[in-house]
Amino acid sequence: MSTATAEAGHGHSHDAHGHHDEGFIKKYFWSTDHKIIGFQYMFTGMFMALIGGFTVYAFRMQLAFPGMSVPGFGRVTAHDYNSLVTTHGSVMIFWVAMPVLIAALGNYLIPLMIGCDDMVFPRINRLSYQIFLLSAVVLIASFFVEGGAFGGAWTAYPPLSASAAYNLTPKGAPLWLIAVALEFVAFLLGGINFITTVMNSRAPGMKMFDVPIVVWMIIIASILFMASVGPLVAGAVMLLFDQTVGTGFFDPSRGGDPVLWQHLFWFFGHPEVYVVLLPAMGVVAEIITVFSRKKLFAYKTVLYTAIGTGVLSFFVWAHHQFVAGIDPRMANIFSVTTLLISIPVAEMVFVYIATLYGGSIRLTTPMLWALAFIGEFLIGGVTGIFLGSSGSDIYFHDTYFVIAHFHYTFFPIAFIGSFAAITYWFPKMFGKMMNETWGKVHFWGTIVSFNFIFIPLFFLGARGDHRRIYDYTHFPDLMRSGMQELRVLATLALIVLLAFQVIFLVNFFYSLVKGKKAEQNPWKANTLEWVAASPPPHGNFPELPTVYRGPYEYSHPEARDDYWPQNQPPATA
Amino acid sequence: MIEHYLEQASTFAADIDNLILLITVTVGFWFLLAQFLFFGFILKFRAQEGKKAQYISGENKKEKRWVSLPHYATLFFDVLIIIAAIRVWQDVKMTMPQADSTVRIVVQQWAWTFVHPGPDNKLDTADDIRTVDELHVEKDKTYHFELQSRDVLHSFSVPAFRLKQDAIPGRTIKGWFKPTLTGGFDIQCTEICGIGHGIMAARVLIENAADHAAWVKANAPQVAAVTPTAPADNVPTGGSR
Amino acid sequence: MAFPRPIATTRSVTGIPTGRLAVWWVIASEIVIFGGVLGSYIMHRLGHSDWQYQSANTNTWAGAFNTLVLLTSSLCAVLAHQAAEKKDGPKAARFLMFTVLGGLTFLVVKAFEWTNEIKHGYTLTSNTFWSFYYTAAGLHGFHVLAGMVIMLFVAADARKNRELQRVENIGIYWHFVDVVWIFLFPLLYIAK
Ligand code: HEA
Ligand code: HEA
Ligand code: CUA
Ligand SMILES: [Cu+2]
Repeated sequence: MSTATAEAGHGHSHDAHGHHDEGFIKKYFWSTDHKIIGFQYMFTGMFMALIGGFTVYAFRMQLAFPGMSVPGFGRVTAHDYNSLVTTHGSVMIFWVAMPVLIAALGNYLIPLMIGCDDMVFPRINRLSYQIFLLSAVVLIASFFVEGGAFGGAWTAYPPLSASAAYNLTPKGAPLWLIAVALEFVAFLLGGINFITTVMNSRAPGMKMFDVPIVVWMIIIASILFMASVGPLVAGAVMLLFDQTVGTGFFDPSRGGDPVLWQHLFWFFGHPEVYVVLLPAMGVVAEIITVFSRKKLFAYKTVLYTAIGTGVLSFFVWAHHQFVAGIDPRMANIFSVTTLLISIPVAEMVFVYIATLYGGSIRLTTPMLWALAFIGEFLIGGVTGIFLGSSGSDIYFHDTYFVIAHFHYTFFPIAFIGSFAAITYWFPKMFGKMMNETWGKVHFWGTIVSFNFIFIPLFFLGARGDHRRIYDYTHFPDLMRSGMQELRVLATLALIVLLAFQVIFLVNFFYSLVKGKKAEQNPWKANTLEWVAASPPPHGNFPELPTVYRGPYEYSHPEARDDYWPQNQPPATA
Repeated sequence: MIEHYLEQASTFAADIDNLILLITVTVGFWFLLAQFLFFGFILKFRAQEGKKAQYISGENKKEKRWVSLPHYATLFFDVLIIIAAIRVWQDVKMTMPQADSTVRIVVQQWAWTFVHPGPDNKLDTADDIRTVDELHVEKDKTYHFELQSRDVLHSFSVPAFRLKQDAIPGRTIKGWFKPTLTGGFDIQCTEICGIGHGIMAARVLIENAADHAAWVKANAPQVAAVTPTAPADNVPTGGSR
Repeated sequence: MAFPRPIATTRSVTGIPTGRLAVWWVIASEIVIFGGVLGSYIMHRLGHSDWQYQSANTNTWAGAFNTLVLLTSSLCAVLAHQAAEKKDGPKAARFLMFTVLGGLTFLVVKAFEWTNEIKHGYTLTSNTFWSFYYTAAGLHGFHVLAGMVIMLFVAADARKNRELQRVENIGIYWHFVDVVWIFLFPLLYIAK
């Protein structure tokens, strides 16, 4: 049976009466192959990263040099500023982090890593991407409609977001909302596919605890997403009605309640940050085990902490609303739950550090990224404690301290995690090796400039800079000596960071075409995707593998080599 | 730590700064420890020719220390931080000390209206003093504030006080502060409220008793002086919402 | 459409057929959506005792009748499943058509109800109670409609004895839609 599907894919190139273009479109745009769909998500995500990066370039230039005409954008008006910030936040989370980390990796890796030939619902999978693409188009389109793109922040608090009289974007606001809602639908469909695939289509012999951590993490993240997004979908329908037909769900003068939206949003919004965190954590687990030739320290503990984090994340949402006018007694409860979430996350981090102990560490590019993730994420994690403690959040809420906090979590996730994943799986994905030297140049340039962007923002936040302000000159206390210099420093560091991304993109596309040919298993890893050819053909495996052991049996005393692939029968060891 | 950058201009500013210091020290310690081990291991366990990595499953009791130690340590420090945080929170947001005076803060896109009680120290009387984008208070007096919004969400934030409170249309939200320094400080709107959010600035001017009295005298509406007992509802501008 | 089935679709590690498993996950994700609507509604309802005067204007009898209709249609879905178990495709298809008919009746009654209410001035925007009323019931009605359309496709296949396992799956979904109504009916029509 497997040969039949493999042959079907093979026969394509010899298709006598097939036109070439049709074949191309069929292969790359209408395919139901999970790998192609993974690529579609990945390339769309990378393209959207350019938009997320361009918007941040435009508005950070305005912050550093208020009133200047930004090269490539022009003058940033107050309205532009709000739209740019809103788009930046939404794009980076919903159209970069989510598609690259969950959809691209999930689609590409899940069938390969659990040893089967595709997802269980290939056509629903294709539909999921098409809806996602549509959502991206709608979002981009919202820039070009009358009134411009929505500028009420990615949190879209009503009444501002509910009424064009307040936000002045009569078309942009509903389009933004529709785009986000479509994106949710795409990820719900994708998530159902991931979960059922892993539950039902694992290779023979692959027990629950033989599943690689990254697959587990994507599954847990999908479940978290599914369980938390529902109320926000309901809220989005309500908000859309408020915007377009004039209901008053969130309008206090008509019996509605604006704070309700905040609850619906953050009930989703907080679990959402772990939805993107967990897959990145999974990627890191795969990479540090391979490049330190170590078994993952306490596999089950990692799982339990991930599940624990997920469960707890449903009980912390109001920490975004401490000073939003909720009952102050509620703040106490949510402060407790919020700080408790540091326990499973701290355990996870310490488990990873423990994995390095006694290893044989090789600092390849993917390993550098994975290690950098741990080091940088720690900064984001510990600064969360300042915000979770209700007393100090009175001061820090909606300052740049919060901005710096979550960029120290999100940047490691969305970019450091993605770079780790891409550099690690590149040989498998495209059958070519990426250039190591340029990879390292890109690594160091990115890491150093990244810290130079966001460390200054911590200080600015501590000194009182508040969020979503396009020009600080109206605030004498925020123009004291040294503050504007910090803003300029952050912006310059951003430009350096962006320049270094060119190196990545060139390296990526150059290696894609001209790179050294990759072996089947260049990193000598255990997991099943390395059993397939590089790149795997349609149908993935010449013969579907059977699994004999867990994914992290590196340097096992009984094994001949320092790795022991999951599909190798015990006798040959 | 914050006090090095920004004056502590209210009674609770120091409490909040101390809480931040406490968190910095406790969390900072664990952060440094984690980073120390992390970099230490990376340096120590670099790949060497002919040396195989150790095989550690991390599943037995002794190895599990790596997990249980951070577990309990984090729990312990969490509790510590929570207690400190809640004490500050109680003080700032859940208690209302006896007020010497009450001001009303009305926000709208994109301006602040401050209603001062005037010479009679009562709101909603004819001698209320209304100002735009300027709040006048007296040093060492306890103030209650009533925060109202006319349109969208805004947020009343005075960094020098370490105080922040969102305003919600349709509600009156109460809070308090007690200035401890004289001088002028920024008032910011910290909740996005549309195009003008970035220019929604105001100032709080803290005066000593004599200056404040002089300001009140100079600015109190004339009607108040002529008919000091005028009932509130005769005055068109004084109605509460 | 000729579509090469991946081997993945034929595996069943849990022992539960993949289609049914997926339907359960769909339902899980729908529960939280309706949970969000109903939770928001209940929160508002508790804060607005005056809404009882609004909800008094709903047509409880029509709602009760519709409850009955949906329950009957669910019964038909069960019978269709039983027929499918016995590999009797045409019979299953017939029962599915009865289910669809039930859904249609439900929607027609709804249409009459709504026209009547709108005529009396109770529209989507007249008051937040009515906003919830139309939004919640509308979202539910949309699910009824979607279920009916899918069911027509499943019935067409079943008639030719194809994809009989789908009869059960769509049935599970239909029961869920039914259960949602069981929650909506008292909350929107009866609660005083
Ligand atoms: C993936 C992203 C991500 C992650 C992982 C986190 C993780 C955490 N976040 Fe963050 N957060 C965001 C993304 C994220 N956050 C975003 C986007 C916002 C702003 C949204 C907006 O307003 O636009 C935000 C805002 C935000 C707020 C609201 C701030 C405000 O607006 O006023 C709070 C408050 O509690 C908070 C807390 C936390 C906590 C406690 C964690 C914890 O999970 C961190 C746990 C980790 C550690 C603690 C480190 C490891 C532990 C140790 C080294 C042991 C030592 C520790 C102790 C002794 C405690 N976050
Ligand atoms: C995943 C989330 C994410 C990421 C990665 C980033 C990345 C960055 N963010 Fe953003 N940010 C948010 C999420 C994110 N942000 C959110 C949610 C908000 C709040 C919005 C709101 O208030 O509504 C925000 C707000 C925000 C502000 C506050 C604006 C304000 O309040 O006025 C600032 C200010 O400096 C800022 C800066 C930056 C910078 C300099 C980067 C840089 O790190 C960006 C660097 C860009 C690139 C590196 C892109 C190019 C790279 C490639 C093309 C490489 C290939 C790509 C892949 C492999 C995927 N961000
Ligand atoms: Cu008012 Cu921001
Ligand atoms: Cu949060």
